[in-house]
Amino acid sequence: MLDAAAIANDTSFMLSRIQFAANISFHILFPTINIALCWILLFFKVRYNQTQDESWLRVYRFWVRIFALTFAIGVVSGITMSFQFGTNWPGYMETVGNIAGPLLGYEVMTAFFLEASFLSIMLFGMDRVSNRVHTMATVLVSFGTTLSAFWILSLDSWMQTPAGFEMIDGVAHVTSWLEVIFNPSMPYRLMHMLLASGLTSAFLIAGISAYRLIKGDNKKSVKQALNFSVTLAAVLIPIQIFVGDLHGLNTFKHQPAKVAAMEGVWQTDTGIPLLLFAIPNQEKRENSFEVRVPNLASIILTHDSKGEIKGLNDFIDAHPPVAPVFFSFRIMIGVGVLMLMFSWLATYHFVIKKRYPTWLLKTAIAMTFSGWLATLAGWYVTEIGRQPYLVTGILRTKDAVTTTAPENIVMSLTLYLLIYGFLLIAYIRTLFVMANRAVILEQPNASITGAENAPEVKIPLTTFSNENKGAQ
Amino acid sequence: MMDAPLDWLPMVFVGLMGLSFLVYAILDGYDLGVGVLLPLDNPSQRDSMIYSIGPFWDANETWLVMAIGLLLVAFPKAHSIIFQALYLPTALMLAGLILRGVSFDFRTKAPSTEKQKWDFAFKFGSLLATMSQGYMLGRYITSFDDSWLSVGFASLSAVCVTAGYCFIGAAWLVMKTEGELQRKAAKWAKITNILMAIGIIVVCFTNLLIDQQIMDKWLGGIQVLIIVPITFLFGFTFVTVHIYLGKVPMENDVGCWYPFLAAILLFILCFCGLAYSFYPYIVPFKLTIFDAASARESLWFIFVGAAVVLPMIVGYTIFSYKVFWGKTTKLNY
Ligand code: HDD
Ligand code: HEM
Ligand code: HEM
Repeated sequence: MLDAAAIANDTSFMLSRIQFAANISFHILFPTINIALCWILLFFKVRYNQTQDESWLRVYRFWVRIFALTFAIGVVSGITMSFQFGTNWPGYMETVGNIAGPLLGYEVMTAFFLEASFLSIMLFGMDRVSNRVHTMATVLVSFGTTLSAFWILSLDSWMQTPAGFEMIDGVAHVTSWLEVIFNPSMPYRLMHMLLASGLTSAFLIAGISAYRLIKGDNKKSVKQALNFSVTLAAVLIPIQIFVGDLHGLNTFKHQPAKVAAMEGVWQTDTGIPLLLFAIPNQEKRENSFEVRVPNLASIILTHDSKGEIKGLNDFIDAHPPVAPVFFSFRIMIGVGVLMLMFSWLATYHFVIKKRYPTWLLKTAIAMTFSGWLATLAGWYVTEIGRQPYLVTGILRTKDAVTTTAPENIVMSLTLYLLIYGFLLIAYIRTLFVMANRAVILEQPNASITGAENAPEVKIPLTTFSNENKGAQ
Repeated sequence: MMDAPLDWLPMVFVGLMGLSFLVYAILDGYDLGVGVLLPLDNPSQRDSMIYSIGPFWDANETWLVMAIGLLLVAFPKAHSIIFQALYLPTALMLAGLILRGVSFDFRTKAPSTEKQKWDFAFKFGSLLATMSQGYMLGRYITSFDDSWLSVGFASLSAVCVTAGYCFIGAAWLVMKTEGELQRKAAKWAKITNILMAIGIIVVCFTNLLIDQQIMDKWLGGIQVLIIVPITFLFGFTFVTVHIYLGKVPMENDVGCWYPFLAAILLFILCFCGLAYSFYPYIVPFKLTIFDAASARESLWFIFVGAAVVLPMIVGYTIFSYKVFWGKTTKLNY
């Protein structure tokens, strides 16, 4: 078996996995922000329409520019994704192309064109179309991003929990599109992801607004944005935890090996404890350094303290690598708990005390990208937890891989990693550059208007324009 | 696969896919071309040029996703063969598209001292993308042959496709801008117009020599007569555009849209020529449209969607062009 071709193939396989994981991990960072940010922008705009309060328009204008930047990176990294299937996973389309193809096709036709066409009107059209049309364009872009999440999550969920098809000569053929699209894990994954997006945006807005406050930016719009985002987070996080629990129960039913890895259960048993911490050891097939809460895992997953949970030893050769799933899961939950504590505390301060203490603002800054962390961790649980399958029970990942020479993949992977590393730094840095600029910008106006309570003085909003060179 | 040989559904899909590639080449063609043409020494002209494509590039690029999507969806086997064969140029093209796509936004948001660097990234990314696309086209035409002759041909194709994109980009600028920039654009258009003409002639002859089947198709019977009107149309368009460009700016800007229209016509002609040469193959001389097609029920499912959605896409594309009609102005959020 150990001939040169097999080794080359193994290397291609490893490299393709790393490349795919790198590409999708990079891509998802930006949609996660945008799916919700777009609806949030709509909210800001509608608030402005209702109240005619200029500071809502300010919030809108500041965030729409960040939205545009995020969107651009989302689009170009997404285009890379759509080539990956052919270049690195040819076996994927050859086996399940009849299902994956149409779902991807619908995403392009119904969602991408809608977003891309109305985006320019939303971004640059404010003085070219009526206010109504502009608001409509914002609605359509929001709708488009959500629709795109719908289709791609439908496909991803189908890969987790396939349904509505039959295999003929090793190729999947659809028997029911409805079952394919609304496969068993789809509703949970869609809900969980949309909420994740809301939380990611909320914490981003909170973090950047807190940063501006600490830098001495006392404009009303900054506080509005902070209050809004903190409240949003406080509302979404309990729902997210609830939906996450349902999601886990559903996974327990359909992908028991994944749950066993998430919980670090090796041996099928009843009354399984919840592991707060442990280090899974796949060689010895046991955990070390366990910190456990007796029976709790059984209670969560089966609602019975003596409930049975299947262990990894029942799935020899068909279960995922345990440690990454186990740890990613704990990172996601950990961040979720932090989000809950932070957002409720902050809401308490804002509602009862009417002001935020500095340490809370600093925490908000520290948590600016916490949504990214939880989202990536969550996706690693989902995707690594599905291994060794690409499509659960139907197609193993290694059977789908390209025959392209490893050297080629080394080159493309290096190229992508360099670009992504560079862009990630540039993106984060630019966010703070924009925040700093907004602090300085309009300081003169701020003194005229007192910034706070003088809505009758019109602040020239053109100072927000794209090209404000005086603002550095 | 199991379908009767002349099933109409794969035909519809190959038509849709071809149309998407064509629309992509025209639309993203002009904005890529504008990117390649960005002058290194003139920041304010760079601004105007980028404003002229700002509202459009995203939707333009979506046609690539659509075309690749249709290839993936309707002809998955062909998609695998083509993109494994073109693995590295694809990666380079994507790197180029990423660079330019993000530079467009970073340039106005990063500190102003860095704006120029992003502009260069924009130009370089556009160039990388057009060169890779031309190279890929060349490799495709020679059926992914590895000989140095074929690679040489592909490199030539890279230059010619870039010239073609620059031509349509310059023509776009002639239509969308005024004053000095317009005059400059007319000059660019004139040069690239000639380069493109040379490119087309070389590709036509190479194409004929590549395979007896193609030779027979064009020269093997009465259809040889069609070459006459086509050549005439090509010649007429090239010459009139050339003359027109020499006269820019015209009084009242009469006919400023003509070079752009001519560019579209040329793109369509080239595309039809290639399509005719290679039909019914989707991977030249290896795989036909019918062998590569997906299962019928899947094609049918997308077909229904496409019939509903495509007219809507055309509708809002037109709407968006109408909103940003006329000479370019500064873009404000
Ligand atoms: C949950 C959401 C989600 C997930 C899991 C993915 N995407 Fe995505 N994608 C989006 C949500 C999204 C979005 C919100 O719709 C984006 C982000 C910015 C944008 O323009 O649309 C997008 C953009 C985007 C684009 C550019 C669209 C355009 O031109 O406007 C492409 C081609 C893809 N994606 C393709 C993919 C592929 C092939 C994926 C998986 C393998 C994938 N995306 C995962
Ligand atoms: C957007 C969030 C996603 C993230 C962060 C993500 C992440 C990952 C990661 C880390 C792996 C590697 C698992 C391993 O090999 O150990 C993987 C595998 C894979 N995922 Fe996803 N994924 C996401 C969504 C999707 C979607 C939407 C699809 C398909 C439509 C998909 C298709 C695949 C494929 C084909 C593989 C196999 C390649 C591989 O093992 O690397 N993923 N993904
Ligand atoms: C604290 C309570 C939470 C619970 C109980 C929970 C539960 C889960 C479970 C069980 C999965 C894996 C499902 C599967 O692969 O079958 C998952 C995935 C995921 N989680 Fe969470 N989660 C929680 C919090 C969060 C938070 C705060 C975020 C982000 C802000 C988040 C984002 C994600 C994402 C993006 C995925 C992958 C996509 C998906 O499968 O839905 N989760 N979550």
